[in-house]
Amino acid sequence: MIQFEQVSKTYPGGHQALSQVNFQVKPGEMAFLTGHSGAGKSTLLKLISLMERPTTGRVLINGHDLRKMSASQVPYVRRDIGMIFQDHRLLMDKTVFDNVALPLIIEGYSVQEARKRVHAALDKVGLLDKVRHYPTMLSGGEQQRVGIARAVVTKPPILLADEPTGNLDPKLSMEIIRLFEAFNQVGVSVLIATHDLGLIARLRYRTLTLREGRLIDDGLQPEAQP
Amino acid sequence: MSLLFRNREIEKGASQRLKLSPARRFVMYWVHHVQQGVASLGELTRNPFASFMTMAVLGLSLTLPTTLYVLVKNTQSISAEWQQASQITVFIRDGVKPAAVQTLQQTLRLNKKIAAVEWVDKAAALQEFREKSGFGEALDALDSNPLPDVLLVTPAQQFRSSEAAKRLLFELEQNPEVAYGKLDVQWLTRLHALLGLAQDILGGLALLLCLAVVLIVSNTIRLNILSKKDEIIVMKLVGATASFIQRPFLYTGMWYGFVGGVIAWCATSLLLWWIEGAVTRVTDLYQSQFNLAGLTLSEMLVVWAFAIGLGLLGSFLAVRRHIKMIEPS
Ligand SMILES: Nc1ncnc2c1ncn2[C@@H]1O[C@H](COP(=O)(O)OP(=O)(O)O)[C@@H](O)[C@H]1O
Ligand SMILES: [Mg+2]
Repeated sequence: MIQFEQVSKTYPGGHQALSQVNFQVKPGEMAFLTGHSGAGKSTLLKLISLMERPTTGRVLINGHDLRKMSASQVPYVRRDIGMIFQDHRLLMDKTVFDNVALPLIIEGYSVQEARKRVHAALDKVGLLDKVRHYPTMLSGGEQQRVGIARAVVTKPPILLADEPTGNLDPKLSMEIIRLFEAFNQVGVSVLIATHDLGLIARLRYRTLTLREGRLIDDGLQPEAQP
Repeated sequence: MSLLFRNREIEKGASQRLKLSPARRFVMYWVHHVQQGVASLGELTRNPFASFMTMAVLGLSLTLPTTLYVLVKNTQSISAEWQQASQITVFIRDGVKPAAVQTLQQTLRLNKKIAAVEWVDKAAALQEFREKSGFGEALDALDSNPLPDVLLVTPAQQFRSSEAAKRLLFELEQNPEVAYGKLDVQWLTRLHALLGLAQDILGGLALLLCLAVVLIVSNTIRLNILSKKDEIIVMKLVGATASFIQRPFLYTGMWYGFVGGVIAWCATSLLLWWIEGAVTRVTDLYQSQFNLAGLTLSEMLVVWAFAIGLGLLGSFLAVRRHIKMIEPS
């Protein structure tokens, strides 16, 4: 589903954020990406969503080489990827409904056509009653769930999350992870970047560990490895 | 349509749209655009002051060339009229007998190039001058009449252009009785040169003002874009194409032109009304009737189309440059 082949990324200025990264996430797999701050987790996710391009090596999604994607094709690639951010990136002057409907509107849905799907997505994250609210009226955990609803409303085959639990307490964090598990169970490939090792330790998922841009571990849990 | 996943479930909205007939899809396309256009009208009210300033600048900038255009147009029609009425004043040599003058008058009347010949008798002219000028006694002191006989020749319709009239004048001067003739074409030539100059200035001015308008609209749209930077980033993150993001800004530019065009109409009419007052005071002095012709309907539409075009062009330039530069990171 997602495949990295000898991927290196050097930012302008010379900092090497990733070096020689190889791994593969299979269809329907759920995996964590971890490492200290600055290890290159966000960079790795940005290479998948084409916010950055690799310096060398190649990234493939479903067998398609992303190097071949032109600037005008980038939006269409992103429509196949649901993205979730630590700061959730909601539009604060739009209602929850408008925020979640945005990806559908972009795909050419009318508001009426979008309504059913938006409600379904909000129902899944348990926020159906907040549809008319503005994000500022919601708690941090609720805002994050609106971000998740927006990411899944088009039912993309891939979900990427960058520190989705960064600002949340352990209980709320676990709720968010459970949501990802639910999407994973219906066949979505999920890759979650987090430095919250405590959270991962309680779960049994494949964990990719980065250190200074190198993939040093591709096992179950960092603690379980020697 | 999914680029990476060939068999990804086709979305409900899209599949429904595929079933629509081409005619209905065409209608839906326009309905969609009109909806978006109206929605972007709402955007203008979010920043009413800046929007209004831009529209006003656009409208007022177009007012100046439009007004100049109307004035040049009017001057052209006046000069055409004056040219039509051009007369040749033929001065008769001193000492030519009145009978000879009469013969000449009759000969000229038979000339096909000439519509009318009026003889201003020198005795009658002196009498009139004596009565009107108040120099009666001074004139009495003269032993002979200093005024020449004059024939006022009106060329026939086809010979009234300044070129033909000049040739006719030359022909008239060949008569032995004629001292010289005078066709006041010089002022006509000057007027034409002036009109040509005015047109050139108008062209240059219009070009500069249009450029200024495009830059101003482009700058306002640029500020609009920058103030929506976060929204644009989010839209790009969830897969919006550049054209989708651009569209509302292009509509905004179109509205600037739409309203700016109407402002240009109003301001031009106001300015022309004001100028007409001044012109009427002048023409009243010359006891001539004069009506300033305003913008015709088709000219108004051209101004409007121009305003909208400039608004679109300005926003297009801003959108081209600035939406590309906003990228999620
Ligand atoms: N746009 C950028 N330009 C230059 N350096 C960057 C840029 N983005 C990230 N980096 C650097 O790359 C390294 C990896 O960053 P990042 O992928 O954000 O790490 P993580 O998400 O694991 O904290 C860091 O040292 C960071 O300073
Ligand atoms: Mg990061």
